Amino acid sequence: MQVPIMKQGPYLIATIQGEIVDEDFIHLRTKLVRMVSKNRSRGVVIDVSSLDTLDSFATRSLRDMAKMIELQGAETVIVGIQPDVALAMVRLGLFLKDIITMMDLEDGFSYLKKSQGKRISHD
Amino acid sequence: MTDEVCIRIKADIDIMSARHASRTMAAEMGFSNLEMTLIATAISELTRNILQYAGHGEISICKVQQGNRKGMKVVVMDEGPGIPDIETAMHDGYSTSKGLGLGLPGSKRLMDEFSIVSKVGIGTTITMYKWVSNKGSGGEEW
Repeated sequence: MQVPIMKQGPYLIATIQGEIVDEDFIHLRTKLVRMVSKNRSRGVVIDVSSLDTLDSFATRSLRDMAKMIELQGAETVIVGIQPDVALAMVRLGLFLKDIITMMDLEDGFSYLKKSQGKRISHD
Repeated sequence: MTDEVCIRIKADIDIMSARHASRTMAAEMGFSNLEMTLIATAISELTRNILQYAGHGEISICKVQQGNRKGMKVVVMDEGPGIPDIETAMHDGYSTSKGLGLGLPGSKRLMDEFSIVSKVGIGTTITMYKWVSNKGSGGEEW
């Protein structure tokens, strides 16, 4: 199942719905990287709240996406990792150290807004 | 109620089917949501290993009873290249592919019992168990 991406001002929101297979992660990555560049987006929020497992492949895919988007000059926030999923990830040994994660969409956006504010005042 | 499910693993969609099958069976057996997630994550890792290293293989998931405890037995097998050095492969961060190298040691931590038999040139079989925890006995509960 393809992941829908919505544009909201300078941000993009990708909401993963239900189960997705490996190939969908690769599609999502390509689509996001293109859309960030096309829309000159400042930030991306990826909502994973509907995922009931995040294994090492999914985690690596998310990390790669965030890194690519960062290279384009935008920021990524992963939101909605479920409590059970978080426990399974830690036990598996996955930590997503270098990635911003937030509780939900709202927190994700307020993080991006704050972070953009800082960047703009720097410019 | 099905007592055993066998799934051929040959494409990424089969990983999803295997996770689904484990969840359905685990729910019937009375596993907690957390336990179902732990099992599904281990299955996801090991079935992906099959695709990555062996190309194709098989997973069997079945209900088991041992005395008065109920559990799930998961057998993941392939006829791939086999693992020359299991001890090293069981270390975190060890990977011969571009993976994170967490599949084997990580899955062991997710399950209650884990054993692996592998012969170079013949294949690999991993057998894992998860037991339904009795509430209040300090099992997999929050």
